[in-house]
Amino acid sequence: MADLRTNLAGIKSPNPFWLASAPPTNSGYQIMKAFDAGWGGAVWKTLGVPVVNVSSRYGAVNYRDNRMVGFNNIELITDRPLADNLREISEVKKRFPEHAVIASLMVETREEWHQIVRDVENAGADGIELNFGCPHGMCERGMGSAVGQEPKVLQTIVEWVKEVAKVPVITKLTPNISDITRPARAARAGGSDAISLINTIQSVVGVDLDTFVPMPNVDGKSTNGGYCGPAVKPIALNMLKNCAQDSQVGIPISGIGGVENWRDAAEFILLGASSVQVCTAVMHYGFGIIRDLKSGLERYMDEKGFKTLDDFRGKALPNIVHWEDLNLKYKVVAEINADKCIGCQLCYTACEDGAHQAIGLSSDPLIRIPSIIEENCVGCNLCSIVCPVEDCITMERRDDGKEYLTWGDRTRAGNIPKTFDDELAGGRHHWVPEPADALTKKKPRHYKG
Amino acid sequence: MSVVRKWLSHKANALLKPPAAQDPRDDEDRYFTTAIEREARATVKTDNRQQNTELSPMAEYKPPTSEAEFAANFSPKKPLMSDTEAYYESSRCLYCYDAPCITACPTGIDIPLFIRQINSDNKDGAAKTIYESNWMGHACGNVCPTEELCEGACVYNHSDVKPIEIGRLQAHATTVVIRSKKKLFRTGKDTGKKIAVIGAGPAGISAACELRMLGHAVDIFEAKAKPSGLCVYGVAPYKLTNEEALDEVAYLQEQFGFTVQYNKPINGRMDFEKLEKGYDAIFIGIGLGSTSALGIPGEDKQGVIGALEFVEELRMNHHKTPIGKKVIVLGGGNTAMDAASESCRMGADSVVIAYRRGPEEMGAYSFEFDLAKKSGAKALFNVTPVEVMGNGSVTGVKFIRNKAAYGKIEAIPGSEFVEPCDMVLLGTGQGKQVELLEQISGVKLEHKSRILDDRGRLVVNEQYQTNNPKYFAAGDAVNGGVEVVNAAAEAKKAAHGIDQYLKR
Repeated sequence: MADLRTNLAGIKSPNPFWLASAPPTNSGYQIMKAFDAGWGGAVWKTLGVPVVNVSSRYGAVNYRDNRMVGFNNIELITDRPLADNLREISEVKKRFPEHAVIASLMVETREEWHQIVRDVENAGADGIELNFGCPHGMCERGMGSAVGQEPKVLQTIVEWVKEVAKVPVITKLTPNISDITRPARAARAGGSDAISLINTIQSVVGVDLDTFVPMPNVDGKSTNGGYCGPAVKPIALNMLKNCAQDSQVGIPISGIGGVENWRDAAEFILLGASSVQVCTAVMHYGFGIIRDLKSGLERYMDEKGFKTLDDFRGKALPNIVHWEDLNLKYKVVAEINADKCIGCQLCYTACEDGAHQAIGLSSDPLIRIPSIIEENCVGCNLCSIVCPVEDCITMERRDDGKEYLTWGDRTRAGNIPKTFDDELAGGRHHWVPEPADALTKKKPRHYKG
Repeated sequence: MSVVRKWLSHKANALLKPPAAQDPRDDEDRYFTTAIEREARATVKTDNRQQNTELSPMAEYKPPTSEAEFAANFSPKKPLMSDTEAYYESSRCLYCYDAPCITACPTGIDIPLFIRQINSDNKDGAAKTIYESNWMGHACGNVCPTEELCEGACVYNHSDVKPIEIGRLQAHATTVVIRSKKKLFRTGKDTGKKIAVIGAGPAGISAACELRMLGHAVDIFEAKAKPSGLCVYGVAPYKLTNEEALDEVAYLQEQFGFTVQYNKPINGRMDFEKLEKGYDAIFIGIGLGSTSALGIPGEDKQGVIGALEFVEELRMNHHKTPIGKKVIVLGGGNTAMDAASESCRMGADSVVIAYRRGPEEMGAYSFEFDLAKKSGAKALFNVTPVEVMGNGSVTGVKFIRNKAAYGKIEAIPGSEFVEPCDMVLLGTGQGKQVELLEQISGVKLEHKSRILDDRGRLVVNEQYQTNNPKYFAAGDAVNGGVEVVNAAAEAKKAAHGIDQYLKR
C-alpha cells in the first residue's frame, strides 16, 4: 500500500494534499472541516494587517458547459483580526497535531515581519509561507507580487524572516515575471527552506458585452485579478520544471496551479513537487474532492510500484530537455483506426486548414473515414488531439530508432540553414498545394459565400 | 479499402438502409403463430419488468375529462428545452466537417452551425440559420422523424454515445424568435408579380415565404379555417400543439406579409380559371384527400372512421373527442401508429393494430410502433380485414390470417376469426385529390396522364413545374405523402422554379 506521508523541508503531513492560502483557508472552521475530510495540510489565508474587501470579487472563464475552467479573484489577504486567526490556529493544531498548518504572511516592515512570525509560531504553526505572489491590490501597496518581482527585495525580506523564524520558511513566488528562477534563487540566497509556486497570474477574465465592464463588476468598474484554475496548470508545470531543474534553486518545492484531480497532482510530483496545493477545485466542488485525490494517487503508486512519494518525485525532469537536444531523426505519422472512426472528419478539417493538408477524403460521400497522406504528414499530433474517440488516431513511429541527431549536433557540425532560401530548410521539399487550388477545392454544399 | 468497406457495413449501412426483410420461407411457422401479442405479454410482462424498462410498465391512461387531463395524457414527446438544457446539449456537438446530419436533412439545414450559435448565445442567428433552409423550422423540430434523419446520422451513434437532440435544439432556437417576434428576414424587392398559393399547409406556407423573399406578392387560398395543414389537423398532439403550429405561421406571416384567405376552397374549373386570370403563377400545395375506403362489407357502419379524420377531431376537440372502449386500428403506417397511440391516450380499454403483413414490413418507423406499444397498443400481424361486423354500429372486425408466399400475401383458408370492438380507425392511406386536379384547364382533355401519374400524384419537373407551365406544385400532392420537412424542401425549390419561370 502506497505511503502518502509527506515531508517538505521538515514540514510533515499525512499526505501531500494541502489547501492553498485562499478563501477555503479563511477560518479554523474550514480548515478543521478539511482535515476531517482527509486533507493533509493547509496554508492559512494570508495574515497581516487586516484589509477591507470589495463586494463582487470573482470572475470565471467557462468553456462550453464546463464552468470555472479558469478563475480569477480580486480579493485581498485576510480581513479578520490577527488575534482571531491565531486563536483558531492553536485550536486546529490541538485537534490535528499530525496535520500541517502553515501560516501565510504578508506585512511591510522588518519589525512587523519579526512580530508576526513569532506570533504564528507561538500559535503552533508548523511552517510559514511568505506571500510574495498576490498580483492584485496588495502589489499596489508594495507587497505581494511587487516583492516577488524584485529578487533583491525578496531576498532581504526572506533574510528578515529567517532572523527570527524557528519553523521552516516557504517563499511563495509570483508567475508574473519573465524568469521564475531569479526570484527562486533569491529566496534560497535569503535562506528560505522551500519555495511554492505558482501564485495567480494577472488577468482580466472577460468583458460583459452589455455593460462593457470586465468581470468582476464592482459598481460599474473592475480591476485586474489573479488567474488560477485548471487553465493555468501548464504554466505552473513549466515554472515548476524550471525551478526543479535549476541547481542554484535546489530547495523543496510545493506545487500550485490548477490541481483538481490525482492525475494533476501526480504530474506536479513527477516534475519535482514535494506537496501540492489546491484552491480553485475546492472553491468549485468543496473539500470532498480529497477522496479522489488520495485514492487515485494511491492506486497510481501501487500500480507503478512506488512505495513513497520520493520514489517518483522528479521522475519526469530528465525527460524535459532543451529544444536543441531533441532528436531530429525521430519520425511519427498519424494512423487512423477505421474500426474506431466515427466519421466526424474533424481531423480532416483541422489538418487541411490548420496544419499540413495531410489528410484526404474519399470521393464517395458515404465513406466518411478520412485517410492519411503519409508523405505530407509531419507527425504534428493535431489530428490525434482533435479526434473525439480515444485511441482512434495514433502516432506511429516510422524511423528505425537507430539514428540520433539533434539541432545542437547539426549546429556544431555546421549543417544548418543559414540563408533565407537555404537548401537545408526543413520544409524545402515538403508538398504544399498551389495557393489558387484553395479556390477550386470542393466545398460542402452548405458553406456559403 | 477493405477496412473502409468493413466500417461501412457494420456502421453506416445500419443507418442508411433498413434491415433486409427476412425471407419468409426461412420461417414459415411464424406466419401461423404470430397472433395477438396480448397473450404473449401476459407471460412476458413480469419477466420484462426487470430486464427491459422500455417495454414495461405499459402506460395506462384514464379517459381525459378536462383540458388539463388531456394535456397530461398528451404531454409532449419532445418537450421544449430550457436555456440550460439547450446550453448543455449544444456543448456536446462535435461540429463535424461536412456533417452527416446536414446531408440527412431534406432541407439541408446547417445543423452544426445553428447548434454552435445556440451555444454562443446567438439564438436569433441560430433561428435564422434554420429558417434560411426550412420555413417550417419549428414544426419540423417537433414533428420530424429525427431518429431516421439528422439524429440518426449523428456520428455519436457510431461510438455508443447518445446522438445530439437536434430536433429539440431546433425547436428551442425557433421558439426564442417566435416568442420575441424578432424579424430575421427582409423580403425581396417588389417584382410586381403575383402568385396564388392553394393550400396553407407546410408546402404552401414554405412556398409563400420563399416567394416573398424573391419579391413576389403572394395570396394563399385555404379551404379550412386554420393554416399549417396537417401540422394542425393531422399531427399527433404530443408532437406539436395547435398553438405552436399556429404561432409559427403567424410569425412568418407577420414577417413576410403574404395574405391568407381561410374557408376558401378552390373547387373547380371556374376557380382555377379565375386564379389564372388574376395571377402570374399558381402553386398547388393541397396535400392529399380524406382517408380512402377499404372496400369491404360493413365499413359504413357507425364507429368506423378514418384515422386522419379521428386525429383531426382530436386536434380540434381534444378530450371531447368520442373514443371507443375497444378500438381496432387498421394499417401499418405512421398514421395508424399515431391513431393507436392517441386512442390509448384517450383512455380506450384496448387498442389493437391490425396489419396485413409482418411487423418488419410495416411502413411506419419502428420508433412510432414502439411508441404505440409503450402507450398500450397491441398488434395483430398477417391478418386481412374481410368484413366489419355489427348491426348499425360496429361490434367487431372479421379477419382472415395470411401467410407470405414469395413476397405476396396469401389468405389461409378457414382461418377467419372475429376481433370484437366498438370503434374502427382506418389507417389505410389518404386518397389523392384526382377529381380536383383534373379541373385544371387545358389539362384534363389532352394531357390527363401527364399531369397526374398512375397513382394520382401530380407530375412535376425538377423545378416542380407541372405540365401546365403556370402551375407548380410540391408536398404531399406531389410526393404522395411524406413528412413536413419534405414539403418544406420541395416548396422552396418550387418557389425558385416559379421565379425562374417568371423571369423568362
